[in-house]
Amino acid sequence: MALLTIKELVLGYESRAILKPIDFQVNKGDYLFIVGENGSGKSTLMRTILHLQPPVSGQVIMGDGLKANEIGYLPQQTLVQRDFPASVTEVVLSGCQAHAGLRPFYTKEDREKARRAMEQMHITELAKRCYRELSGGQQQRVLLSRALCASGKLLLLDEPVSGLDPKVTGEMYDLIGELHEKGLTVIMISHDISAAVRYATHILHIGEQVLFATNEEYRRSEIGRAFLKEVNYNG
Amino acid sequence: MDKLWMYLQLPMVQRALIVSTLIAFCSALLGVTLVLKRYSYIGDGLSHVAFGAMSVAAVVGLTNEMVLILPVTVICAILLLRTGQNTKIKGDALIAMVSVGALAIGYLLMNIFSTSSNLSGDVCTTLFGSTSILTLSVSEVWLCVILSVLVFIGFLFFYHKIFCVTFDESFARAVGMKVDLYHLMIAVMIAVIIVLAMNLVGSLLISALVIFPALSAMRLFKSFRDVTVFAVIMSLICTLTGILVSLLYSTPVGSTIVTVDAAGFLICFFVGKIRGGVRA
Repeated sequence: MALLTIKELVLGYESRAILKPIDFQVNKGDYLFIVGENGSGKSTLMRTILHLQPPVSGQVIMGDGLKANEIGYLPQQTLVQRDFPASVTEVVLSGCQAHAGLRPFYTKEDREKARRAMEQMHITELAKRCYRELSGGQQQRVLLSRALCASGKLLLLDEPVSGLDPKVTGEMYDLIGELHEKGLTVIMISHDISAAVRYATHILHIGEQVLFATNEEYRRSEIGRAFLKEVNYNG
Repeated sequence: MDKLWMYLQLPMVQRALIVSTLIAFCSALLGVTLVLKRYSYIGDGLSHVAFGAMSVAAVVGLTNEMVLILPVTVICAILLLRTGQNTKIKGDALIAMVSVGALAIGYLLMNIFSTSSNLSGDVCTTLFGSTSILTLSVSEVWLCVILSVLVFIGFLFFYHKIFCVTFDESFARAVGMKVDLYHLMIAVMIAVIIVLAMNLVGSLLISALVIFPALSAMRLFKSFRDVTVFAVIMSLICTLTGILVSLLYSTPVGSTIVTVDAAGFLICFFVGKIRGGVRA
C-alpha cells in the first residue's frame, strides 16, 4: 500500500472549492515536488494532508503503517519566530514532542536523536546559538532538523528555499537530496521548476489544470513543457 | 533601616511579602509566553474584566469576592483567546470592547450601589491597588499560595509543550499536539494570575507586572529557558524592591512596583544595546 493516498481531494476554504479534485499516491522513497503558481493552493494542499484544515471533500489515506505523528513538517516561517528567544537545541528538541505524549521532559534518546539530526544538517556547532540571530539558510536547517526529530519516514516541506540566495538554495537541495537517498520520503512545495525536474521522482502540478506524473512524463507533457518554457523565458 | 525592620515584624507586611513574591514569580513565568504569542493585550483586557467582576461582587455583597471574580475572568480568558485565533472576527476590537465595557459597567455599578462614603478612594484602590495588599486575610494568603503552586506545577509540567506551541503552532498541530488544549491552559493560568495580581498592583497595572520582566529578559538572553529564568528573577527583585520602597516612603504599592519594573527594563535595554547583537 502507498504511504499516502490522496483520493478525489477537493481543497478550499469554508467549503468553497479552489481546485479541481486531486488524485495521487506517494510511495515509500518518492521525492515529490508540488509546483504551481502563487495562490494555486499548494500550501492548502499540504495543510490538508497534515489535517490542519479540513478538505471540502475527498480523502487523505495514510498507509504502510504511517501514523499521523510520523510526518515531519517544515512550515513557512512565521512572524512570531523572528524575534523569538530560543536556542537551536531547544528548537530542534521540540520536534521530539511528536512522540512525547504527556511526558514533561525529554529522554536521553530524544537528545541523541536531536544531536544526530543536527549533525546530518551540519549545524552541530550552532547548537547553543540563538535561533533569531541565524541566517535564513541556517534557520531552515534548524527547522529541518526539528522535522527529522519528528519523523524518520516522511517529510513535508513548505517552500524550504524561499528567500534564500542561490548558493544556499543549492546547499539546501543537496541536504534534502541526501535525506531522500537515505530512504526518506519527501514532499516539497516549490516554485523552482528547474529544481523539480532535476531532483524529483514525481511532480504534482496544480493550477487550472492538475497533473500528477513522474518526472519523465512531466517533462514530456504539454503542461510541463509550457511551464518549463515559461519559467526559462522569465528567468 | 530600623523602620524597615519594624515593618517586617508586622504579620500584615509578612503576608504582603509572601503574596507578592508568589505573584511576581507566576506572572513572570507566563509573561514570556504571553509576550511571544502576542497575547499581551489579552492580559490587559482581562484585568478590566476582573475589575468589572469585582464591582459586581461588591454590589451583590459577596463576602468572598474571589468566588465570582475567578470564574468570570477565566471564562472571559477562554472566550478572548478563541476569538483571537479566528481572523474573521476582529479579535483586538473585541478585546477592547469587552475590557472597556467591563470597566465602565464596573464603575457604574460601584457608583450607583456603593454604600461606601469614599467612592473614588475605593475605585482608585481597585484600579491601582494602593493598599489592598496590606489588608489581606489569612485565607486570601492561602488561596494565593495554592493557586500559585498550581500555576507553577502546571507550567513546569508542560514547559516543553508550551515552548513548542508558542514557537510554532502549525508544527505543533501537524505533529498531533493538542494545541487548543494548551492554549486553553495558558488562558486559564493567565486569568488566575491576573485575579491574584489585582491585590498587588490593581487591575490597571497588572499587564506591566506580566510584560516588563519578560521584555527585560528578552533584551539580554537568547534561549527560552534563560529568558524565563531571568524574567522570574527580575520580577522578584523588582517587586520586592518596589514593596520595600513603598513601605519606607509610603508611596502607593502598585505604581511603585511598576516604576521599578520599568526602570529595570531600561537598564536591561541599555545593557543589551551595549553588549550588542540583540535586536531592540
